Amino acid sequence: MTLWLMAGLLFTPLAWAVLTLLTDFSRGRLVTWGGILVQVLVSLGLWLTVARDGGFHYGLGGWQAPLGIELRVDGLAVTFVLLTAVVASACGLHAGVYIDPDKPWHRYFWPLFWFLWSGLNVVWLGGDLFNLYVGLELISLSAVGLVALGGKANALRASLRYLLAALLGSLVYLLGVALMYGQFGTLSIAGVVSWLGVHPVPAGSGLALALMVTGLALKTALFPLHRWLPPAHGIARSPVSALLSALVVKASFYMAARLWLELGEPLGNLAAAQLVGLLGSAAVVWGSWLACRQPQLKQVVAYSSVAQIGYLFLLFPLTYSVSESVSLQAQQGITLQVISHALAKAAMFLAAGNLILSAGSNRVDALTGVSRFLPFSLFSFGLAGVSLMSLPPTGGFAAKWLLLQASLGSGQWWWILVMLIGGLLSAAYVFRIYRASFLESAGPDRFYHPARSLEVIPMILALLALGLGLASDQVLSVMALPFEEGGSP
Amino acid sequence: MTLNAWIPVFALMTSLIASLVIFALPEKGYRLRTWVNLGAALVKLSLVVVMVWGVFQGVEYGLSFTMVPGVTFVLKADALSMMFAGLSAVLWLLTTIYAVGYLEDSPNRSRFFGFFSLCVASTMGIALAGNLFTFFLFYEMLTLSTYPLVVHRGTEKALRAGRTYVIYTLTGGAVLLLAIAWLHGVAGDLPFREGGHFMDADPDIHRSLILIFILLVAGLGVKAAIFPLHGWLPQAMVAPAPVSALLHAVAVVKAGAFGIVRVVYDIYGVEASSALGVLEPLAWLAAFTILYGSFRALSQTDLKRRLAFSTVSQVSYIILGISLFGPVAAAGGLVHLLHQGIMKITLFFCAGNYAETLGIHRIDEMDGAGRRMPGTSVAFTIGAFGMIGAPPLAGFITKWTMGSGALAANMDWVIVVLLSSSLLNAAYFLPVMHRLWFREPAGSWPEERHWGRLETSAWLFWPPLLTAVMTVMVGVLASLPFSPLSWAELIALREYSP
Repeated sequence: MTLWLMAGLLFTPLAWAVLTLLTDFSRGRLVTWGGILVQVLVSLGLWLTVARDGGFHYGLGGWQAPLGIELRVDGLAVTFVLLTAVVASACGLHAGVYIDPDKPWHRYFWPLFWFLWSGLNVVWLGGDLFNLYVGLELISLSAVGLVALGGKANALRASLRYLLAALLGSLVYLLGVALMYGQFGTLSIAGVVSWLGVHPVPAGSGLALALMVTGLALKTALFPLHRWLPPAHGIARSPVSALLSALVVKASFYMAARLWLELGEPLGNLAAAQLVGLLGSAAVVWGSWLACRQPQLKQVVAYSSVAQIGYLFLLFPLTYSVSESVSLQAQQGITLQVISHALAKAAMFLAAGNLILSAGSNRVDALTGVSRFLPFSLFSFGLAGVSLMSLPPTGGFAAKWLLLQASLGSGQWWWILVMLIGGLLSAAYVFRIYRASFLESAGPDRFYHPARSLEVIPMILALLALGLGLASDQVLSVMALPFEEGGSP
Repeated sequence: MTLNAWIPVFALMTSLIASLVIFALPEKGYRLRTWVNLGAALVKLSLVVVMVWGVFQGVEYGLSFTMVPGVTFVLKADALSMMFAGLSAVLWLLTTIYAVGYLEDSPNRSRFFGFFSLCVASTMGIALAGNLFTFFLFYEMLTLSTYPLVVHRGTEKALRAGRTYVIYTLTGGAVLLLAIAWLHGVAGDLPFREGGHFMDADPDIHRSLILIFILLVAGLGVKAAIFPLHGWLPQAMVAPAPVSALLHAVAVVKAGAFGIVRVVYDIYGVEASSALGVLEPLAWLAAFTILYGSFRALSQTDLKRRLAFSTVSQVSYIILGISLFGPVAAAGGLVHLLHQGIMKITLFFCAGNYAETLGIHRIDEMDGAGRRMPGTSVAFTIGAFGMIGAPPLAGFITKWTMGSGALAANMDWVIVVLLSSSLLNAAYFLPVMHRLWFREPAGSWPEERHWGRLETSAWLFWPPLLTAVMTVMVGVLASLPFSPLSWAELIALREYSP
């Protein structure tokens, strides 16, 4: 059973990528619906299996590391696999209606979409540094392609910039991997950890970790390396922006977090952890501030991503040399932040796409009167905004609560200020949109009304982000499941 | 789980479901929307009546589950929560009736009633919350659901007021969150409990407790409009009359005051708060706000703004009452939670009637309106006399109880505050009544409308008269069981001898 689930999970996206390469956009859409169904069922099946029996290591095709591909199937990984299935299928279904099938270059949307999905699954499950790298490259390249589908000259410019940033990030990361391999003779994270269990820490291995984290931070758009993100996420078609903000940046962060949690304690140091936290805080404040000042709707949402990503990097200081319980709280908080931001930001980009489609303009002040004539999409946008403001009862609030507790518990009160100020600033940019849309204009309904299916999808995502707060204890309990440690060295 | 665990949930869900149904209804579904609104309000009222009877008998209502690791979501019905829930259920019904008439033929009604119900659901949640965490959940939900109501008209002025409102309340919310999280870090997950938790607190945490108390009051004080955090309230007057009525009488300001009562009584405990030395400064602050609000009300020319400053002043009676150390004064403060609600909603309903029927907004336009609209003006007069504290109306009961409580607690200065505030109340209400009844009309009204056989639409006519009758009844029948006063005495008794 597990064999079939794993095979389905990793190979259907690749198979579908090839299949859709052979068709045009409309037929690709039909094919994709089938693929989405398979992926959702397989992801759910795997999640249920792990929720019942606990996590396991999996050697693909029966080959164990160091020769074969080693996968780490634990509660956190399957939770993210399931999250990907939810968000990606929502974006895929939305894109099927939203994207204009007549433009010839749009036929490449589906293959890129499926390559992206398979890359994501590889990253969530990957157990060694090289496979993670392969997955990450697959993600970056297909993401760049998807941005370029925007078609216009500035879309190409943004995607080129994105490509350069991604490649630079990869180079720095690979340099770190090479150093690591030179010192430990293995690429498996579990292998490095068990090596460190017996040997003293070799000099210079901190540098390897620092390089890897820096490369990944560039790909995650951590301040001050964030400049590539807003143009790319802002210019892409809305379902693409949703995928990028919700999932793609999370993949590189996930790798950085895994590395830090396994190797941070032996290889890292306090100053570095605080520095990363400080950069994250700067991202929160600066990103929110810029989001308040953007004249264009999607740029507001894109800068909000820069800010929300900043919170994720508080993981570093809040898990370094603190007590076990504080570290757990921080990890749980960050996990919830990843999930709730993925759901809320996808909802927000999709809803913003609908609003732009209706108003015929990307400008914030074109929203005047939307509240009267198009309440549904605005409501989805608003609900997602509540999660981004981290107000109760959303997942964003649960995340913030846990992070507040972790900061209090470890005496690092300065992060509390960051979180409170960040929350207020995010309220400022979300309420700016409300304000524009609540303004009444004279005259009749001049808006284009999008298809109901386009409007329903962001609403479902926003409601999931809302419900996550109420069910966060249950969601987190899957992560705490027993994990059969047995990674081969 | 038994049925009793679910009754609070049902009470909460009635308005939540009503809100979702209303959002789903088309804008033109006028009749169905009205029925959904009124039906939900009646169901909720009956559930609250059931719970009031049960709580009196000592039945436990409530449920809890772990929401985020380490914190529980708790809904619970106790005597204090029933007071607030009862107020919100009764006044929701009346305000719904009023709003249906008030908004006849105006756009965005579906949105209005949807958020209106959401707002009441939040109020219900605030009433039934069993710990600070759950309280905060609904407290912030209230902020979000009232914003669309404040900016309902969609004018520049309304949006500016909405912005001020949001800046004040969300900042207050952030401070409150900080305080709640800190308290959780210091003392863990504390359920609301009569007598509080800090009777024999470790002296090491006294300093933190005092700081947390200050933060809690600062966070809650924004909604309770304590000086100097009251600035949003007069501005928010640009909202439609039913919204102002609900904001002032039930939802927002009361949520803040109710929260402070919860913190003093059920988290810290009144004896522990007194021992920490935080009650007396709170009493001084409340006393100052009472006088300050009344002074500012004197100079307002706009009727609704005058009423708004009167609210600033009146809400602090509640806080003054609970921060005087003694059960009698406490009962006086608690009962004002209900009394102020009933009286203030009457006044706002009337202000709305004048504005909608005659186009009157300023006080100097009110000359002779008593002859044109006798029913509304009688209601207004009763409400205003109640505020001044004329016997045997609701406000008199409050002031009398608080005064005797203050004497019993040896805090004679409170009598001075009560008397001067009453004088000020008279100074800003009597001229209005003089204009209503004793001056000749100026000729034509600014914007007159004829609305059926009564002086105004029947939907607008009856609610203020009903609340005016209630203002008289709660005063005259104050000594009967289940009157607001005896209920407040029950709460005070349970708090002082847990």
